Amino acid sequence: MTNAITRRRRLELVVGAVVLAILAVLPLPIRDVYTQNLIILTILYAGLAQAWNILGGYCGQISLGHGLYFGIGAYVSTMLFVDAGISPLLGMFAAGAIASLVALLVGWPCFRLSGHYYAIATVVVGEIGHLLFLNWDFVGAATGLYVPFHGQSWMNLQFRTSKLPFHYLALVFAAATWIVAWVLEGSRWGYSWRAMRDDVIAARSLAVRVFPSKMAASAISGFFTGLGGAIFAQYVGYIDPDSVMAANISILIALPAVLGGVGTLWGPLIGAAILIPTSELTRSYLGGAGGVDLMIYGALIVGVALLRPAGLVSLLGARR
Amino acid sequence: MSVLLEVKDVSKSFGGVAANVDISFDVTEGEILGLIGPNGAGKTSLFNAISGDVTPDKGEIRLSGVRVSGTGPVACARAGIARTFQVVRSFDSMTVRENVMVGAFCRHTRAATAMAEAERVLDFAGLAAQADRPAHSLTPPEKRRLEIARALATEPKLLLLDEMLTGLTPTEAGAGVQLIRDVRAQGITIIMVEHVMEILLPLIDRAVVLNLGRVLTSGLPGDLVQDPAVISAYLGDRYAQ
Repeated sequence: MTNAITRRRRLELVVGAVVLAILAVLPLPIRDVYTQNLIILTILYAGLAQAWNILGGYCGQISLGHGLYFGIGAYVSTMLFVDAGISPLLGMFAAGAIASLVALLVGWPCFRLSGHYYAIATVVVGEIGHLLFLNWDFVGAATGLYVPFHGQSWMNLQFRTSKLPFHYLALVFAAATWIVAWVLEGSRWGYSWRAMRDDVIAARSLAVRVFPSKMAASAISGFFTGLGGAIFAQYVGYIDPDSVMAANISILIALPAVLGGVGTLWGPLIGAAILIPTSELTRSYLGGAGGVDLMIYGALIVGVALLRPAGLVSLLGARR
Repeated sequence: MSVLLEVKDVSKSFGGVAANVDISFDVTEGEILGLIGPNGAGKTSLFNAISGDVTPDKGEIRLSGVRVSGTGPVACARAGIARTFQVVRSFDSMTVRENVMVGAFCRHTRAATAMAEAERVLDFAGLAAQADRPAHSLTPPEKRRLEIARALATEPKLLLLDEMLTGLTPTEAGAGVQLIRDVRAQGITIIMVEHVMEILLPLIDRAVVLNLGRVLTSGLPGDLVQDPAVISAYLGDRYAQ
């Protein structure tokens, strides 16, 4: 059957494939390591923002504690690799699974709160996790964990001479989250999420099971956030609670979707493409002196909130 | 014709206010039942009890012999009770078609079959031309139609219509009446709350009159308008001779 929905979804796949192809060849002519790093981080955050978007956008549950899932993902794969010698290529899925489990545990009490109260609770839960890891000797406490170099290979997920493997790993990750979001958007869950976000009473009257649907969104979102955390840990080679679990990580995961457009397929990508380079470039050119980089960052968000509350994606004329 | 819905001794209080007191009546399969009464009579409260949005303090409600009261709105919808709302509720970030698909997912797990069901219901409700417009852009009568379409997509046995004809122009109301007749012709039983008597009385088979939370009387619409108790409840004792 062809109608506006199936046509739109087909077009999204085509555009998605084109974007993927461009991003696949993008790093080939670039020799500058700084730029390569910037692109990798941007793509990684596009994937993380899309993972956040499943819960915060489609399901409408604004989480400001995704740093917890990111950090747990980073710690799980790193500890499996360092202490048990398990390849991060496998470890990252364990990381996703445990982050997903934690997301369910957080969701169980917190989804009984609605609206802003849920968002506030996630801030608190995220900060509890951060403090816990800062003081927990088993996970290295405030000192953090080094990922020792075991030799350059895909098994070890460690590469010294080229950044290209991480570019493609981040790209596969971002593409996977995008595809999952695309599939979910057209599924029963996707419709349930959007319906209950718009009007929970009407949604219930149509047999939408609100609590289980939120838990599902949380589990999926947590899984991919944890996966992203594991990739990040291998990429930077060193993690501590401040660099993978602090509140600013939660914000950095949530903001691209907010800037680009929550509950849309392209919003997180557009948001990440603008925010991550802006944040990195202002910091490196202005040196973070006096917090000018953060002021530019903040001004961008305020500007979008005032002028385009539906996010930058609404500039494209596409409703979603 | 067999009994579809049984309401037995249903009472519900909110704080000190008794919204429904010992309400009992049956609804026969295939009929259109009018639920009438002055403002504050407890009509919407009773609707909320039947649709599972509130649990009665006392009494029970059965659909085809199975208790539905207290099971919650999701179980009631799955059992075959669909409703519209007094103040229209639409999913405003979604298109009309997507709104209806949310209802269709009640019985269909796969998106393709839900989409086919939505297509059928949109045609039936006369919304095919508006299918891909955002729900927030609909006119008030179109939004009422959307609520009915969305409810029908859950493939209900019983449809509860809460003031769906109120505030419409005579032409729009006439179109609404036709839609309600078409729904009944599909074999769906209807209970409707309505204030506009000249539209309601020719449409319904039977009416239950509520006043101050209790069943005042019930019967054929023609008889009820002559009933002094009904006239008194609506207009005051002065008019009931």
